[in-house]
Amino acid sequence: MSDEAKDDGLISVFIDDQEVRTKPGTNIIEVAKSIGLHIPHYCYHEKLSVSGNCRMCLVEMGLPGRDRATGKPMLNPDGSPKIMFFPGPAIACGTNASPNMHIKTKSKMVTDAREGVTEFLLANHPLDCPICDQAGECTLQEQSAEHGKGYSRFIEEKNVKPKRTVLGPRVMLDDERCVLCSRCIRFCQEVAKDDVLGFVERGSYSTLTCYPGKKLENNYSLNTVDICPVGALTSRDFRFKMRVWFLKTSQSIDTETSVGCNTEVWSREGKIYRITPRQNDEVNDCWMPDSGRALYQMVEAENRLQTNLVKGKEASIEVALREASALLADGSVAVVGSGRSSVEEQYLLKRLATALDDAPVSLVNRTGEGDGLLISADRNPNVRGALITDLIDELPKAQLSDLAEGIDSGAVETVLAVNEDLTEAGLTAEQLEKVHLVVIGTHQSATTDAADVVLAGMTVFEKSGTFVNQQFRLQKFEMAVPGPKTAMNDLVLLAALLANQTNEKVVSTVDSVWSELSSEISLLHGLSYASLPPSGQLLDASSYEDLPFVEGETLHYKPVALAST
Amino acid sequence: MAAKENRILLKHADEPSYTVDIDCYLKHGGYENLKKALGMKPEDIRLEVKASGLRGRGGAGFPCGVKWHDLVDRKSGNPIYLVCNCDESEPGTFKDRQLVHKDPHQLIEGMIISAYANDVKLAFLYIREEMPRGAQILEAAIEEARQKGFVGQNIAGSDYSCEIVVHRGAGAYICGEETGLIESLEGKRAYPRIKPPFFPAAKGLYMCPTIVNNVETLCNVVHIVGMGGEAYSKIGRPNNTGTRIWCVSGLVQKPGYYEIEPMTMKELLYDLCGGPLPGRKFKAVVPGGGSMKILDVNETYKDRDGKGFSFDEIMVDYDGIAAAGSMSGSSGMMVMDDSVDIPEALGNLIAFYAHESCGQCTPCREGSLWSKKILTRMCSGGAREEDTDLLLDLAGNIGGRTVCPMGFSTTWPIESYIGKFRSEFEEKAKDGYSSKKSFDERLIEK
Repeated sequence: MSDEAKDDGLISVFIDDQEVRTKPGTNIIEVAKSIGLHIPHYCYHEKLSVSGNCRMCLVEMGLPGRDRATGKPMLNPDGSPKIMFFPGPAIACGTNASPNMHIKTKSKMVTDAREGVTEFLLANHPLDCPICDQAGECTLQEQSAEHGKGYSRFIEEKNVKPKRTVLGPRVMLDDERCVLCSRCIRFCQEVAKDDVLGFVERGSYSTLTCYPGKKLENNYSLNTVDICPVGALTSRDFRFKMRVWFLKTSQSIDTETSVGCNTEVWSREGKIYRITPRQNDEVNDCWMPDSGRALYQMVEAENRLQTNLVKGKEASIEVALREASALLADGSVAVVGSGRSSVEEQYLLKRLATALDDAPVSLVNRTGEGDGLLISADRNPNVRGALITDLIDELPKAQLSDLAEGIDSGAVETVLAVNEDLTEAGLTAEQLEKVHLVVIGTHQSATTDAADVVLAGMTVFEKSGTFVNQQFRLQKFEMAVPGPKTAMNDLVLLAALLANQTNEKVVSTVDSVWSELSSEISLLHGLSYASLPPSGQLLDASSYEDLPFVEGETLHYKPVALAST
Repeated sequence: MAAKENRILLKHADEPSYTVDIDCYLKHGGYENLKKALGMKPEDIRLEVKASGLRGRGGAGFPCGVKWHDLVDRKSGNPIYLVCNCDESEPGTFKDRQLVHKDPHQLIEGMIISAYANDVKLAFLYIREEMPRGAQILEAAIEEARQKGFVGQNIAGSDYSCEIVVHRGAGAYICGEETGLIESLEGKRAYPRIKPPFFPAAKGLYMCPTIVNNVETLCNVVHIVGMGGEAYSKIGRPNNTGTRIWCVSGLVQKPGYYEIEPMTMKELLYDLCGGPLPGRKFKAVVPGGGSMKILDVNETYKDRDGKGFSFDEIMVDYDGIAAAGSMSGSSGMMVMDDSVDIPEALGNLIAFYAHESCGQCTPCREGSLWSKKILTRMCSGGAREEDTDLLLDLAGNIGGRTVCPMGFSTTWPIESYIGKFRSEFEEKAKDGYSSKKSFDERLIEK
């Protein structure tokens, strides 16, 4: 199997004598990765251009030899091609697979090179690991432990560089820690398209800086912190707050827009410390907007609803539910759902609306300008979920005009609003005064102030569920922190309201709701919350193709209308 | 008979009446070779250059004709660029400066001929920041040449047109490395490019085929066209054809630039340069610019057949110096005599390379500065026994592991200075050594 390209278009490369079939031109770090072999590196990043500057990924490389005079392949006595190894090491990131290339990753030349590069990187590196935010997730620490000498021969004075340079509103630079890998520079140029970073000075005194008059303030600036292999770039929000090894991660979704960036929520003892992107090559690669990282602040926001309220007074959950059910049972109900609710919540809300004599449902519209990358025009994460669960059958209108008319005409006497501030969606305070108002919500607002009953619910970080993003990709998020003591999972609240109306038992866990979803909604057949892969599941969007969705082009997404161009 | 210079490139340069004006150049037969070249087919000029055996004068000594004829990517359909590398910044090298300052039109003529030979419509002249006067002279000369129709549209009445753009560097050694130069020319930080692509001739400026040639190389082209490749190849000796301008500096009676055919070290250093200063003896010579390996004057070298030859017998050309284990590089010859403290000299040199390391790749960036710090400490009384081997080991960790060949600029001197004069480094670590005294103080003692 060591011939040149075969029918499958793949070629054979030999890594430490192990044959690997790969596409021609794949770089050797990726080829090695495909067989589970990690070639150490700093500057290389799979989503950025190759810069080849750290020299950590040096490997020994050989190609089948050709006789100079005749041009014929040189053969070993046993007839196999004779491999001519280059006299010096080559960078794996900049070496692309070619037929019968041989790579050694464990030879003395390679281990010497890694040891040498590690020693050089550590020579002027400050010894502030004990207080460095990167400690615990530092590539330099990890690779020094694995490939370093274990002792230092450097007795000279270390270079002194600025320790706290503000690059922008969210990013701080410690120049001494920088290994000059240029990942952040390339990210800004190639992904964020905001070319503001560069090196100044020369040699070991090189320092990272913003170009004169510029700041690193684009909405993707914190991605530079993620890809920084050392503690040079730190998040000003997370800096010195917590040792990362104390944090547990939960898989989540950025609820800012319909892109649905995959995220990780880092928490300890019920408190969230940071949100970082989770790689999904179909959705957000390794990136997410800065704005989405700040969302965790909603959990402990000042206006967070801590208790259930009846007529503005604290009430037990039992009393609040009873009051709410009584109001809903009076009839003439209109429901306001949310594109921020999960698929499961939207499903139960749809059932509740049906049980309330087919109460009309509207969804709050929320749009803005897309940035072409990971912020789409639709600021609701789950409008498509509402379509799939049949909560709505057309896209939400700009204002809740139907509802306003209904209230004005007296046709609507009670409004059930889930996770929405109706005054922001176009209703007036007078209109809210006119009706009975039951609200499920997480934060105090003009609507909760006007409500007869407020049921305190959970934020996205405190519950589990699924969203359907703009690609019709079903993605799940999981509970990261427990939430306020007296607040309830929205699913439980909706299930209780529904049970009170129907006098039937209603399931209220994500898994049990999913067993109903998968049997009742054809698009979701065969799916379950538990079996949903972390990267999500693409649903068949064909029956929704004609709807005038507002999204423009973003990373990995092209609207149907633009797809042919 | 005492050896003599053979001035071809510098023929008129130092004549008292010779100026940089185009009229003066024309009076001396200037631009005649360009007219001759325009009457030839471009390919024929390339073949002439190939036949001449001209090797690059910038450092690597790569055959110019091979670069032009065999490496340039003419299939892509992309424009081909010519870049004149006038970023002469190798320590001890000052030949291009003479050619630019004293005979700019020769260089312009060489560039236009070379551009014509390679179907180039736009040529760049990258001149280092430290030659402001040179840049002014060249700008003025190009303007003169344009007035006379030797640059620009329809050169010398032909239908060939070519522009020359003078681009001034910002003062960095690394811009002499051709891919660093190209990056700088593109307006970026001069970080040498990673390989592949291996040659700018395939993908260079703006990812188009690009020929990068040294000033002296391009000047030679004028004379190759003038006398024909065959005749040119008879100058010098095979594989080392033509004359070369050697820049002799340091502790000799008559430092300066000498345009010579291959001759022995003895002939160059004694006949032309007048030998060592009174009362001194030669000790070591760096033959081809700071980054090249040092040669010990008292060593017996061995050729391929194992036959020994002395330092004095080394032929001063590409192959002669290579036979002695070094390289002719950019032909900057730095001479040290017995007053020179080799570790100090190395420290001085490595300080330069640490200062000029561009900082792109780890081994050169960190290794050069670390080496400098060690040498500084060694030469100021803090030497330890293990420092010598540490330096060698660091050099081993730099050489061959960097993006560009500049890694060797640090490692070759370290390896060769220690290799040939190890005892001087070890002595630094010995008790009682008066290393705390300054270089000047010790010089007075001697």
